[in-house]
Amino acid sequence: MHNLTIKQMNEKLHSGEITSVQLTQHYLDRISQYDGDLNAFVTVTPELAISMAEAADQKIAAGDAELLTGIPIAHKDIFCTDGVKTSCGSKMLDNFIAPYDAHVVTLLNKIGMPILGKTNMDEFAMGSSSESSYYGPTKNPWDHKAVPGGSSGGSAAVIAAGLAPLATGTDTGGSVRQPASFCGITGIKPTYGAVSRFGIIAYASSFDQAGPLTRSAEDSAWMLNAMAGFDERDSTSLEREKTDYTAELGQSLKGLRIGVPAEYFGEGLDPEVEAAIRTAITEVGNLGGEVVEVHLPNKDLAVPAYYVLAPAEASANLSRYDGVRFGYRCDQPQDLEDLYKRSRSEGFGEEVKRRIMVGAYALSAGYYDAYYVKAQQLRRMVRDDFTKAFESCDVIMGPVAPTSAFNIGEKSDDQVSMYLNDLYTIPVNLAGLPALSVPAGFANNRPVGLHIVGPYFSEAKLLNIGHQFQQITDWHKQMPAQYQ
Amino acid sequence: MSLGKTEVEYISRLAQIEVREEEVDGVAAKLSNILDLFTQMEAADTRGVEPMSHPLDAVQRFRADVVTEVDQHEKLQAIAPSVTQAHYLVPQVIE
Repeated sequence: MHNLTIKQMNEKLHSGEITSVQLTQHYLDRISQYDGDLNAFVTVTPELAISMAEAADQKIAAGDAELLTGIPIAHKDIFCTDGVKTSCGSKMLDNFIAPYDAHVVTLLNKIGMPILGKTNMDEFAMGSSSESSYYGPTKNPWDHKAVPGGSSGGSAAVIAAGLAPLATGTDTGGSVRQPASFCGITGIKPTYGAVSRFGIIAYASSFDQAGPLTRSAEDSAWMLNAMAGFDERDSTSLEREKTDYTAELGQSLKGLRIGVPAEYFGEGLDPEVEAAIRTAITEVGNLGGEVVEVHLPNKDLAVPAYYVLAPAEASANLSRYDGVRFGYRCDQPQDLEDLYKRSRSEGFGEEVKRRIMVGAYALSAGYYDAYYVKAQQLRRMVRDDFTKAFESCDVIMGPVAPTSAFNIGEKSDDQVSMYLNDLYTIPVNLAGLPALSVPAGFANNRPVGLHIVGPYFSEAKLLNIGHQFQQITDWHKQMPAQYQ
Repeated sequence: MSLGKTEVEYISRLAQIEVREEEVDGVAAKLSNILDLFTQMEAADTRGVEPMSHPLDAVQRFRADVVTEVDQHEKLQAIAPSVTQAHYLVPQVIE
């Protein structure tokens, strides 16, 4: 059952061949069988899942169903879920039972998608390996010695291992696409503002954007249709007409101009990753596309700019964790300052504290212009590079990450090396563009993702390119042997 | 760029994060590594470039100044560490 596409599941649910309760129970059984070792879930919610599945079955029987009705889902533990613990991978929120639903959760609940549980992640989404979680690292289903990527590593791992058919993620600097790449699944970061941030625990608000993690591009298109749309409760939500992200699925790629940035194939790129990506680009080209060289000259400035701006925003966003209204409070505070300082020092992990301190410093008197303003200027230069590149191409293709998944523990003591792993994904977040990762082979026996970046609002086109690629390849259908 | 003890203490105060005496050197070293990354930005010529805070250069939306939230303090305070009579309790501030 866990090898079906979303459309096939929908057909079986509607023909009466299976019920949502059976489908949901199938995934719950797989979670109990496999997750002890994988550690992809922080919380599993079997009772909630079954009661939602029963309601979904009634909806289907009443003829009141949508395409995703009855299909279970796992939510990254950054999405607030009313009545369910929402930890954001942090000790700070270990006792936090969300008092309301994120907008995305409200939308998916309304459709009738049973919640299997909440997935593990880097603490407060700050990381590229899911190792910084208070609940311990998630393993990569393809190789338990490897990280699943991050920060949405739990969500990526559950899709790769077949523990859920769909999962939500968020992408601030690559946190949907990089774990999708490392786990051999499909993930898309939509245009900034396409999906509501309401009820998603904030990390860096001008970058944070939610997206689906799925097996195939087609599944992502269906899920994005359900997630995206204007929400007045998010002040940066885009007021646009509802888009049908499946609208272009099936269109020919004839005449597609594929931009390949010379700068993306330089030093530091693993040769096996490069080989897989070049082969994939050629294969897409063979479907009628034309490869053109483009340039993104400021690419190397994106990582430092991001690591000024995102921590600066984080230092403001995370000031709310003060031990007063919710979350962790230290024992026996001596005075108010002691309450603040010890609650934060004991409640946050090392990487989160580091980013808050870096952010506070970058915003402090005397450094604001040199760091924060400079980084914002670079942000515009990086965005303008993309604008110029899109004058001569329709999409840009390259690697998602310079390597396939690294080993657990390999980079955890070297932050800067971990940061530089996101050099291909971060520029896209600075610019706010949509980008897709689709499985494109293996390097060093671990999955590799092809990165497809498009102009603003080109999600439907990107998903169709991914879909066409998945018609001629079967990387997305492959599963790690022990989870088949 | 190398941070010293004074700077770490200053940052600790700004961030309201306690850095214990024995942690200062380690924190200084790790923060210094990150600040070294920032120095790469210096090489870029950004004269005349307007700082960008929103990818689509959009501005914040306004809404009518009307009440949209209902009172649900009991639900929201149910998860608070310490509450009395609908007020959050903190250590005594004024003697």
